[in-house]
Amino acid sequence: MCRLFLIAVLTALGSFISSCEAGDSERTDSTPSWNIITIDGSSTVFPITEAVAEEFQKVHSHARVTVGISGTGGGFQKFCRGEVDMTGASRPIKPSEIEACGNNGIEWTEIPVAYDGIVLVVNPENDWTNSMTVAELSILWAPDAQDQVLHWNQIRAGWPQEEIHLFGPGVDSGTFDYFTEVIVGETGASRGDFTSSENDNVLVQGVSRDKLALGYFGYAYYEENQDKLKLLGVHPTDTEDGFDPIYPSPDTIREGTYRPLSRPIFIYVSKAAANRNEVDTFIKFYLNESTDLVREVGYVPLPESEYALARERYQQR
Amino acid sequence: MWIERGIEGVLFLCALASIGVTAGIIAVLLFETLAFLGEVPITDFLFGTSWTPLFLKKSFGVLPLVGGTLLVSSIAMLIALPAGLLSAIYLSEYAEDRVRRTIKPILEILAGIPTVVYGYFALLFVTPLLQEFIPGLAGFNALSPGIVMGIMIIPMVSSVSEDALHSVPIGLREGAYALGATRLQATLRVVVPAAFSGISVAAILAISRAIGETMIVAIAAGQQPRLTASPLVPVETMTAYIVQVSLGDTPFGTLEYRTIFAVGMLLFVGTFGLNLLSHWLRQRFREEYT
Repeated sequence: MCRLFLIAVLTALGSFISSCEAGDSERTDSTPSWNIITIDGSSTVFPITEAVAEEFQKVHSHARVTVGISGTGGGFQKFCRGEVDMTGASRPIKPSEIEACGNNGIEWTEIPVAYDGIVLVVNPENDWTNSMTVAELSILWAPDAQDQVLHWNQIRAGWPQEEIHLFGPGVDSGTFDYFTEVIVGETGASRGDFTSSENDNVLVQGVSRDKLALGYFGYAYYEENQDKLKLLGVHPTDTEDGFDPIYPSPDTIREGTYRPLSRPIFIYVSKAAANRNEVDTFIKFYLNESTDLVREVGYVPLPESEYALARERYQQR
Repeated sequence: MWIERGIEGVLFLCALASIGVTAGIIAVLLFETLAFLGEVPITDFLFGTSWTPLFLKKSFGVLPLVGGTLLVSSIAMLIALPAGLLSAIYLSEYAEDRVRRTIKPILEILAGIPTVVYGYFALLFVTPLLQEFIPGLAGFNALSPGIVMGIMIIPMVSSVSEDALHSVPIGLREGAYALGATRLQATLRVVVPAAFSGISVAAILAISRAIGETMIVAIAAGQQPRLTASPLVPVETMTAYIVQVSLGDTPFGTLEYRTIFAVGMLLFVGTFGLNLLSHWLRQRFREEYT
């Protein structure tokens, strides 16, 4: 206990000293004073924005960017109250949110930044499943499936009568929201008896070591672990007949043919904030650097022409 | 004179601080648990068989988590108790003094390995190894963390039991030899029963350590609450659930947030009860040799 006090005192001293240093360096900084750029919103957009912010602060050493995660809905709430300069969104803005922004006099502009796809994966030793229909997925993941749909052959006759072990992202994740929305039909509606983790590496580990596993997560994590996972195709219709399953790839995600599990993701900027020099510089930096950074963090970049279009639209805001 | 009093005062404050912190923890646990039980009936919590507090269709039956904890802990005990007790008997009754003085510190090194290391050892080494022999073993399961946790607890069992065996007076052994007992007979029929209270304390401390162990199960047992007796499939323990919720961004003050205090309270009551039991056993069965 005494040692704890000592550590606390030392820590306090340390932070005091370092805060003194910070104060000094700010005083000697001769560049024009930039305000902090505040960003919030979707956890799906977060990795891209964070990577951009990191690079941006390397180039502009006096810039300060904070990126929070409140989810798409939470981000819009703050954005429309004027509490943040911009917000990340893994879906377009809703009419109710447009109204909320309007009531507070917040004008905004929408900027698409990348595509994201959700992949369905099984263990490489799984030799019975190659694809699933949206209807099968919704039977498997609906809240009613809990403690009911527990074996592979309950999803499709002919699959083995073995337990199915499910892996998916945690409830705080944007991927979870989007998956439940398009597969089950209601955001957040899901069975609860699966291994859920906010850490996608845990999901990769789980599926790659369990023959009876099935899991879903963002495309980025599949790409890093292709050799340990088997990718499933998705039939956008309710039956298998007549259509080939579509497999997620940068092409099918970008073209939107990998339905319904691919989507564009956006950032929304308030026009008032965009008139500030630091925010304007940041947005232009974002659009110029996106192609590389988006790929680096595992998403699918827009085609160059669309970034050009986005830049143009931003200029004309 | 004044310095003496000053130091006494500081020491007293330090002792008071640790009691104060304990009282504070219990108070917070109680407060949040009562708030939780205000919304969820205690029977639903204690006897429900489905645990999905974070999902749209919420149910608050803690049994799957308790089951996961008990399953992993029992596997750990199956490893730790026999191995720990036998090594204690060897060290105390059979080993030469030189061997004993070498082996005991080595055994205690096991206790100094951080549990996170044991966790990844279970996930990345023991599980793949076991999958060679058990084809149906899932990547996350109760078996592998149970075994590794058992290994981790061995030094604790052996160290406490060895102290108990060692403090049995030499006269008892000599008496047994005088009656013609072999070394094995003397050990099993005289020394071990005489040290029974110490050995049972070791066992109970080990159980309470296993129940409270967090890192190994959070890493290697999975995060799927389910009521099962099969050690081959993913389970979630009480401690792993608390870790899972604490890592996400569950808003402060919500019912979901309070679940971790309710689970924590249950855990606390469990280990506290075990500690009381070990205290009682020590008092009840202690043999006095003077």
